[in-house]
This record gives sequence, structure tokens and C-alpha cells, in this order.
Amino acid sequence: MSRYCVQCGKPAAEPVHRECDGPQAALRPPRFCPECARRMIVQVTPMGWTATCSRHGEVSSGSA
Amino acid sequence: MTAAARTDVLAVAREQVLERGEGLAEDQLVEVLRLPDERLTELLDLAHQVRMRWCGPAVEVEGIVSVKTGGCPEDCHFCSQSGRFPSPVRSAWLDIPGLVRAARETAATGATEFCIVAAVRGPDKRLMSQVRDGIKAIREDGNDINIACSLGILTQEQVDELVEMGVHRYNHNLETARSHFPNVVTTHTWEERWETLRMVREAGMEVCCGGIIGMGETVEQRAEFAAQLAELGPDECPMNFLTPQPGTPFEHYEVVDGKDALRTVAAFRLALPKAMIRFSGGRELTFGDLGTKQGMLGGVNAIIVGNYLTSLGRPASEDLRMLDELKMPIKALSDTL
Ligand code: SF4
Repeated sequence: MSRYCVQCGKPAAEPVHRECDGPQAALRPPRFCPECARRMIVQVTPMGWTATCSRHGEVSSGSA
Repeated sequence: MTAAARTDVLAVAREQVLERGEGLAEDQLVEVLRLPDERLTELLDLAHQVRMRWCGPAVEVEGIVSVKTGGCPEDCHFCSQSGRFPSPVRSAWLDIPGLVRAARETAATGATEFCIVAAVRGPDKRLMSQVRDGIKAIREDGNDINIACSLGILTQEQVDELVEMGVHRYNHNLETARSHFPNVVTTHTWEERWETLRMVREAGMEVCCGGIIGMGETVEQRAEFAAQLAELGPDECPMNFLTPQPGTPFEHYEVVDGKDALRTVAAFRLALPKAMIRFSGGRELTFGDLGTKQGMLGGVNAIIVGNYLTSLGRPASEDLRMLDELKMPIKALSDTL
């Protein structure tokens, strides 16, 4: 289970924030590392995305 | 024509736009944008007829990719890529192999257009050379897709360089009505954007110019914007609908109501009967599946497939299926050469 919200980086245990749970969230790639809440470098391409945490490595639409 | 028909804006549009191909003027567009919901179907139907008459049934499909994301020095209040707001988007550069892959994936959908975009005020030497190398690599990959660019405000030398690289279309959105622009951007002017568009046109590239609906503009300003675009006469007009982005000054704006959005799409078609009108960012949230179909039957004749620059779109396969159901053929590359 993720420790941090990938949309806003707050602890995942906190009550869900409206903007991280609405229909808009489904249209956003992850921005924060679920392990450490660092802001990730995200590259969106026409058919996918990759998100890289400097500490915890890369996740992608293919692996998520 | 009866006296009532002479004053009814849709009857006037039928004669002026559908028959003669002349776009509606600003005051007429205000009337269109004020039509009641009961007349929306009639409006969309007319916009569709105008599109079929002056553009035909084909739909242009495009993919876009950001070659340089985030960290932009400008302050466009809707944009998650501005470095001036506490947005979660971090700076990133796409390398050449990544660009080639993105172009290949785009071409595989049947798209004929691939737009290379950068979050900058205007390109510097590094970016121009990245674009040059990227285009060369895409061609060496055997991909003959049309290449467009969107790199911000250009100098004449940069315009000439892009033409020489084989860029056939340049995107630079005016974003909103001239009277509303200072409420949206303060770090550059509407006129600077217009000047880039003028140079692009004069250099022989196709002009792609549209904007974003739902940034606090009035109905009158939507009509003003459509009329200003008609004065510019773009080959393509991308229509975006604001998706409020966390951390930006517009993060709490409401998403445009679906019916208003459809009315706006149809009004833009009646202002720009011969231009390609492209469904761009925000359609997933504003329209949903049903509204997207209504838009395609209400004046739109181009779409972006797959993802956008920093946000995700519908899977390309769903859009392609929709076009198939609507019996709208994808514009072939041979039609554009
Ligand atoms: S110039 Fe482009 S990338 Fe930069 S803030 Fe404005 S819209 Fe965003």
C-alpha cells in the first residue's frame, strides 16, 4: 500500500482530498513518489507516461 | 425569407455561412452563444452541415508530445507548466529516441500529424537544435508523418529555420479574446503572439491557432475571440476547455458546462466555416463520451488522440472506434501533401 498520495504527496492515510479523488485525477499521471513523496520527473507521451523518483526509480503506464 | 427568418440568427447563418461560406460576425456570434438549450440540437446540426459542406467528412487525427516540460518563465494562469506557480509538474526534457518512439506510436494510430511542443517563452539554440535533430531522426526512422511545432514566440530567423527543417504547421494559440488576455497572461502580450502568427503565415507554414474556453471570459468575449480568430484565418483552430490545474491561479475555476461548451464549438464553426476545428485538451472532462460524439456532429473535424502534454486522454482506440461508428474517415496523409 502506498505511503503517500501520488497526486499531491500528502500521507496516504489522510482523508482523501477532493482534487485527488475526482474525475480529474484519472486524467493525471502520478506526480509524487508513493514511497517518499518526492516530486517525480514525469514524461507524458501520446500513448503512455513514465514517472521517475530520484530515489525509488521509474514507474510507467505499462508497469502501473 | 419571412421577416422572422430574416432576423433569426440560425436562418441568417444558413444562408450566410452554409450557402456562401462567410463566417458570422461578432454580434451574430453573441446571439448564437445566447441561444436557449431548446435550440442546441438545431445549432449543432447546422454547424455539422457547415463542416460537411466546406471541409468534408474526413477527420484529421494528431498526436502531441512535450519535448521540454515545465519550468516555463511565463505566467499563463491556466498552465501547470509555468515555473511561477507551485504546480507539481517538474521540468523534463524528452530525448531523441523518446521523440522518435512517440512519433512512431502516433503514426501507428493512423494520425497524419505529430506536434512537437515545448514549455518556453520562445525557443533558444538548444531547443531549436533538439527539434532539428528530432525531425531528422523521425525521418530516418522511415516515418513520413506531417510535423508541426509549438515552441512559443518566434523571431523571423527561427520561423525561417523551422520552414527549412520541413515543419509544415506551427501552433501558437491566442488563448482568449484580446480584451481578456491581460487577465490570463501578464508576462507577454496578445499582440506578441499575433506577430508570431503573422510571420508564420508569411513564411508559408500553416497556421494553427485557438485557445481555451472557460477562463472567466464572458459570452461577449467568447464571440470576440471567435471573431478575432476569423480575422486571423487559421488553417486549424484547436479548442481546449479549461481543466483546472492544481497550484495554478485558475485551479478553482469550474469546468465549463457541457451544453455551453457544445454551443461554443458550434459558434466557432459558424465563425470559421473552412478551418479545421480540433477537439483538444479538456474534452474528456467537459464533454464525456456522449458530448464528444455530439461535438463531432456539431462542427468539429479534428481530434488529438491519446495523451496531452502533461495530462492523459482517452485511449486512442476508443476515439478511433468512435470515428468508425460515426462513419467519419481519418484524413489520409496523401490528402495533405
Ligand atoms: S508559455 Fe506555454 S508553457 Fe509557458 S506558461 Fe504559457 S502556456 Fe504554459
